Amino acid sequence: MIPWLTLAIALPAIGAILIWALPRVRTAAETESASARAGASAEAGGGGTAVKTRPAAKTGAGTASAENAKRIALIVSLATLALVVAMALNFDTATAGDLQFEEVYPWIPYFGVHFAVGVDGIALTMVLMSVVLVPLVILAAWNEHSDKEDGGRGYFALILALEAMMVGVFVATDVFLFYVFFEVMLIPVYFMIGRYGRGAERAKAAMKFLLYSLAGGLILLVAVIGVYVIGGTFLWSELTASGSALAAVDPATARWLFLGFFIAFAIKAPMWPVHTWLPTAAGSSSPGTAVLLVGVLDKVGTYGMLRFCLELFPSAVSWFVWPVVGLSVVSIIYGAIVAIGQTDMMRLVAYTSISHFGFITLGIFVLTPQAQAGAALYMVNHGFATGALFLIVGFLIARRGSSRIEDFGGVQKVAPKLAGVFLVTGLAGLGLPGLAPFVSEFLVFVGAYAFNPVPAIIAVVGVVLAALYILWMYQRTMTGPTPEKLSKLPDLSARETWVVAPLLALIIALGVYPQPLLNVINPAVERTVEIGADTASDTTNAEGDTEEGDEE
Amino acid sequence: MNALYVADGAPPSLPGITDAPPTLDWWLLAPILVVFGAGVLAVLFEAFMPKKVLRPVQITVAAVALLVTFVLIVLQVEAVGDGVIVAGGVLAMDRVVLFLQGTIAVLALISLMLIAERRDGRDAFSAQAATVPGSEEERRHILAGSQHTEVYPLVLFAVLGMLLFPAANDFLTMFIALEVMSLPLYLLCGLARRRRLFSQEAAVKYFLLGAFSSAFFLFGIALVYGYAGSVNFTAIRQAVDAGGAEIFADGNGEPLLIMGIGLVAIGLLFKVGAVPFHNWKPDVYQGAPTPITALMASCTLVAAFGALLRVFFVPFGGSVAIWEPMLWTVAILTMVAAAVIAVTQRDIKRLLAYSSVVHAGFILTAVIASSTEGLAGAMFYLAAYGFTTLGAFAIVTLVRTRDGGQELGDLEGWAGLGRRAPGLALALSLFLLAFAGIPLTSGFIGKFAVFEAAIAAGATPLVVVGVISSAVTAYFYVRIIVVMFFRESEGEGPTVARAGALTGGVITVGVAATLALGIFPGPVLDNLLPDSEAGQEPAAVMVHQVTEE
Repeated sequence: MIPWLTLAIALPAIGAILIWALPRVRTAAETESASARAGASAEAGGGGTAVKTRPAAKTGAGTASAENAKRIALIVSLATLALVVAMALNFDTATAGDLQFEEVYPWIPYFGVHFAVGVDGIALTMVLMSVVLVPLVILAAWNEHSDKEDGGRGYFALILALEAMMVGVFVATDVFLFYVFFEVMLIPVYFMIGRYGRGAERAKAAMKFLLYSLAGGLILLVAVIGVYVIGGTFLWSELTASGSALAAVDPATARWLFLGFFIAFAIKAPMWPVHTWLPTAAGSSSPGTAVLLVGVLDKVGTYGMLRFCLELFPSAVSWFVWPVVGLSVVSIIYGAIVAIGQTDMMRLVAYTSISHFGFITLGIFVLTPQAQAGAALYMVNHGFATGALFLIVGFLIARRGSSRIEDFGGVQKVAPKLAGVFLVTGLAGLGLPGLAPFVSEFLVFVGAYAFNPVPAIIAVVGVVLAALYILWMYQRTMTGPTPEKLSKLPDLSARETWVVAPLLALIIALGVYPQPLLNVINPAVERTVEIGADTASDTTNAEGDTEEGDEE
Repeated sequence: MNALYVADGAPPSLPGITDAPPTLDWWLLAPILVVFGAGVLAVLFEAFMPKKVLRPVQITVAAVALLVTFVLIVLQVEAVGDGVIVAGGVLAMDRVVLFLQGTIAVLALISLMLIAERRDGRDAFSAQAATVPGSEEERRHILAGSQHTEVYPLVLFAVLGMLLFPAANDFLTMFIALEVMSLPLYLLCGLARRRRLFSQEAAVKYFLLGAFSSAFFLFGIALVYGYAGSVNFTAIRQAVDAGGAEIFADGNGEPLLIMGIGLVAIGLLFKVGAVPFHNWKPDVYQGAPTPITALMASCTLVAAFGALLRVFFVPFGGSVAIWEPMLWTVAILTMVAAAVIAVTQRDIKRLLAYSSVVHAGFILTAVIASSTEGLAGAMFYLAAYGFTTLGAFAIVTLVRTRDGGQELGDLEGWAGLGRRAPGLALALSLFLLAFAGIPLTSGFIGKFAVFEAAIAAGATPLVVVGVISSAVTAYFYVRIIVVMFFRESEGEGPTVARAGALTGGVITVGVAATLALGIFPGPVLDNLLPDSEAGQEPAAVMVHQVTEE
């Protein structure tokens, strides 16, 4: 049997090491073009940035090796994609609710830690989404960091390292291993924002991101240790087996452990009120980093809620349903309203994501099959739609050197293709029927309405607001008179077309025919919903406690 | 030792006191004797050898002695079995002690590499410590190239004390070990080549505070002796279980025991640098020559915690109820106060000192767990932390100011290091991430081990405080990374001395150990540490029976 999952983790990791180990080449010939680019970007950066243009001689260093680095990164990420697709074709849809491709090797026997991996339907779709996004991000960032001292090769190494960890975190079936990936992932992202980000505030943004995530991670650590001390094992399959020691834990302890996991995931997701790091981090990220940060990393939070919060502590779930639903609804409305007021496109998209994550957590915690399937599907669709939006904003930034809305206008006249894809992805974001996110949003609404009409109706307001922030942004940037500065704005290049075309194809395809994904997701969701059904009887008892949560 | 008589006037039967000469197991004593012998030999060399050849000879003697000691310790693992009492009951040798001694020997050997490193023919120590700083006499000595080769015997004696400290089986031996360990360190602290007044101030401070703590320790021993009628750990434990010596048959001896435990604890907590007995640490770490700081931060901490573990688990193992609330308070204070103060630090060595205090707090949570798991966790943590901190201090010795080339303590000056010396900055980042407990570094496994033990023992609130403190400390570790990588240097920035083979070796070993213990800790955990059987009392793996009856 082929160790698919280990290979999928190892391949990008080896690629990252390979790029790192590339010999550093210093060529004088390229200095001129490189310094010209650096000068242009520094000017475009709008002054006051900490990024000083370095002397030309330094700037060119490593550019030659950077070219190799890019190629290696692209090839490795495509190979990983091919590998995962091949694995997905071998996936048995009939038993998508069970773990497949399982591998279990002892890692630290002293603590009973295993290198244990496996995927069910949800994990498989998450992995697929991640490995689809990575090559596109690499392609989109092709020339983005040429002005950096190392020509951006560090950035590409970090992307591959991050890819390995992203695959790892979704396929880990050992809680300790999951925690390791969950924490280690922060390090590459930290450097991707701090070193390869945009603007003067990026070091601060990276710091804020890291500290928020570390705080959540440390709370998670206590809960993970608690699970081990009570359950006696880290293996997810043993912990969730009926009759395990963890299942017999008293409800109060289970609630605390649930809370420990939930806080970490809520910070990651991010949920109101622990969302403040995301707009800062996304606003200071390069577009490619933002895609991976919002499209994939944040999904670890919602995925973790589904996989760990619900399945490890079924007895505690009913107690948290209403508080989390309340927070989700707040996130939906709050994210949308604040998004309307943004003047920076990157931050705007980040706030829309907070709103969208509200939909996802709402779908997870109303515990109905449609809503959870919708939430799981939304995780994928949001990755593609928001990823595409970030990348297109990135194209605009690359042209104008600014992400402020007021710096744009009338783009559709000079770059109609660019404006067109911008509109389509924007419409996907606001849930237009026929495009992928609509299906998932609809499922969440149906499921949430079955649970209770009130949160569902409030959540619909979020969709109305979404139309407002997306269309208004489009109106301000793409329509109207074209300013003098933008009159020479080039349209999509071939490379850029290749970046967005696959995403648009996926958005449209999944909008018209989401069934293949749902076939994979549904059996997995049924398992978690059963947990909800088992504890549904408790809900009535807990109703009294949860009134307050509703008011939030 | 004949002061204690019971009512009927018969002499008390004290364990281990006989007229017969003690039987000495020379084989088991060999590691300690080798270091001792080498120290004595080095002193003789110092007196009789020509100055020219002295330095290489002293380094060789010290290195060979430490290496032989380590090999002997490894060879003894089989011999001690479940543990034996040697040298008339004053030393206990078991696998816990051997692990700690082996760790100390290795860390001391690595520190020695830093101590022996020379740049432009000058090491980190003053040419002639007896001269007035800034005087003409000092200048003459510098120009003449004088040097203190006494450093090496002093280090050997300090290491001798460290090897004895965790192995002591009675309080008197432990006190002697404490003094043997401390006195050379006081002296070594005052020998810095640069900023000599600062260094001397640190030495005086360390000496005075250390003397106070020794006095507390000694007074505590006296009180415990009064309560138990013996200084032997096993006898104390038996006495505690029996409710005190025979004269306390009415059960009113407990205040004596409480005061005794408290005062002994002060002496030990001072050595590990727990709040509120931590004040010496930042000053001493900053003032001492950096190689000596590295020695103290790694080896002394291991030795002090080794002794602390033995004292709380063996003689006071039966009085957990007395010391647990006290250690809870100290651990919480240590983790919270040190983390908060550390945030305001601007000097790298002071920052590492406070970081060391915070780590002491984490290890204390494992002591409080009072289980074999806790013991194993603390042991792993100490070894992992020792290697990492050595690497970090090795890097500190390399980053220097542009003028005069003294070490650059001010963190603001470290801006741009990531560009100037990417390898060095990466290595330091790794060490800092290990301090912060990020997975795949040894620091994470250590933190996991101690926290797991604490939660298993029901000390969850303590662990919650621990992780909050971790989050705070992460801030200042990450801040250093920000300064190194994300900030442009103003003006010229720091110079980075070329790492010689020795310093480079230390950094390499540090990186290798930090990664190896972080990714594949299995071999160490499975083979070297006591098995963690849930709920087992730690004394079960620490030898404490009296063999000679």
